[in-house]
Amino acid sequence: MSHDAFITEETIHGADDGPLAGRTVAIKDNISTAGVRTTCGSEMLTDYVPPYDATVVERLKSAGATLVGKTNMDEFGMGTTTETSAFGPTTNPVDEDRVPGGSSGGSAAAVAAGEADAALGSDTGGSVRCPAAFCGVVGIKPTYGLVSRYGLVAYANSLEQIGPLAPTVEEAAEVLEVIAGPDDRDATTRAEGADANYASAADGEVDGLSIGVPTELIEGADDRVVDRFHETIADLETRGAETHEVSLPSIERAVQAYYVIAMSEASSNLARFDGVRYGPDTDAEGNWNESFAAVREAGFGDEVKRRILLGTYALSAGYHDKYYAKAQDARAWLKQDFDEALSDADVLASPTMPVLPFELGESLDDPLQMYLADANTVPVNLANLPAISVPAGRADGLPVGFQLIGPAFGERAIIRAASAVESSV
Amino acid sequence: MSETPVDADEVRHVADLARIDLDDEAVDQFAVQFADILSYFDALDDVPEVDPEADLVNVMRDDEVRDGLTQAEALENAPEAEDGYFKGPSVS
Repeated sequence: MSHDAFITEETIHGADDGPLAGRTVAIKDNISTAGVRTTCGSEMLTDYVPPYDATVVERLKSAGATLVGKTNMDEFGMGTTTETSAFGPTTNPVDEDRVPGGSSGGSAAAVAAGEADAALGSDTGGSVRCPAAFCGVVGIKPTYGLVSRYGLVAYANSLEQIGPLAPTVEEAAEVLEVIAGPDDRDATTRAEGADANYASAADGEVDGLSIGVPTELIEGADDRVVDRFHETIADLETRGAETHEVSLPSIERAVQAYYVIAMSEASSNLARFDGVRYGPDTDAEGNWNESFAAVREAGFGDEVKRRILLGTYALSAGYHDKYYAKAQDARAWLKQDFDEALSDADVLASPTMPVLPFELGESLDDPLQMYLADANTVPVNLANLPAISVPAGRADGLPVGFQLIGPAFGERAIIRAASAVESSV
Repeated sequence: MSETPVDADEVRHVADLARIDLDDEAVDQFAVQFADILSYFDALDDVPEVDPEADLVNVMRDDEVRDGLTQAEALENAPEAEDGYFKGPSVS
């Protein structure tokens, strides 16, 4: 059964031996693959063929993985459903009438449908964890700086990380081990990922683990999701974990701060798409500015235009202090709140998404309602922290994701806790 | 109601700054949506001033010549190229 998980299906063989020998991996279509087109789900890059590999692609090939294609995504990563793709929507393998989540929806659907053993996505505000939750697979958003972004087409570079999706916590951790680590072509990478060992932490051992539950991330969530969340927490308690409620008041401003920062960075990053170095060959008339404006109207979809325009607005004279500067304050405030909560807990837990997967077409008309669905995932990106979404059973037949958040470079802690959730479902 | 109402002229102004043509229908739709979204962003007004922790350091490397893309590779995706250069529209 096809779920339109791929934009381009193409086999790329890796090395004969390595930790991922014999595994197939699907790659989100905003991660550069030498000689294989990389569209970002956009008309703007329909024919773009990168002349080089992203660092993560090089590492997967060296580790023996076989790449099986480039997966569908919301255009430039801007969406929560994969419906903003210029190539049409992907359907959720669990329920054909529903979205797979986004923006890495094709990656999650490919894994859920067994079309790849694992996949890479990118997570700017939840784009790995949301589709993992909606499709019933595991997704990891690494600590900012753990994984090289060299070759990732930038949307909001202060927020995003490439992360793995796989059917199980251990398999996702194995892919993370391969892609993590410093890279001199991405100056934001850190030494902590060198010689990473994550898969061995997936031992299900949570006796004595302290779990904080931010009350703000439970309030307002769908009751069916909250019920599954509490049942999972109760399971973890019977296995020796200790849980307590925590409050992070700054989280109430996280969605606003996230969108102001992400849109502002997008307005700058996407300025490069002018139809000169790459982009559609249009017969636009006029001078430099007129020609650019015509190419960008034709090449970008509505959601991308919305974010570039709002980002331009938020950075413009007279509004910068009101929006962008306040969003940076909110980001710093959130980091303080997370530091405090994680000083009294090993990990924090919440539902990954406050809702069950949307029906196809349900959410396209109201962008603000769509942004609000990201309430539980964006705080982690603003605070540069690692998080994982692990399946926690189903409600009304639809997958529910359980999110665990750790301290910076605390990937082992969230992998261990997630493996306990997995084995109790 | 937002403190910063957005009208069609403002949308056109921002679209002009961002170099994106919009037809009238898109302008009207964006004006309504932007009013909604910007009014939601007003909640940032009561965020306290917070000093970010200064844990950032500059990352430097030696300024050495490295292999990069060849000229042909760099031009591969360009809709138009001439004599090894990108070809763009006239500046004015």
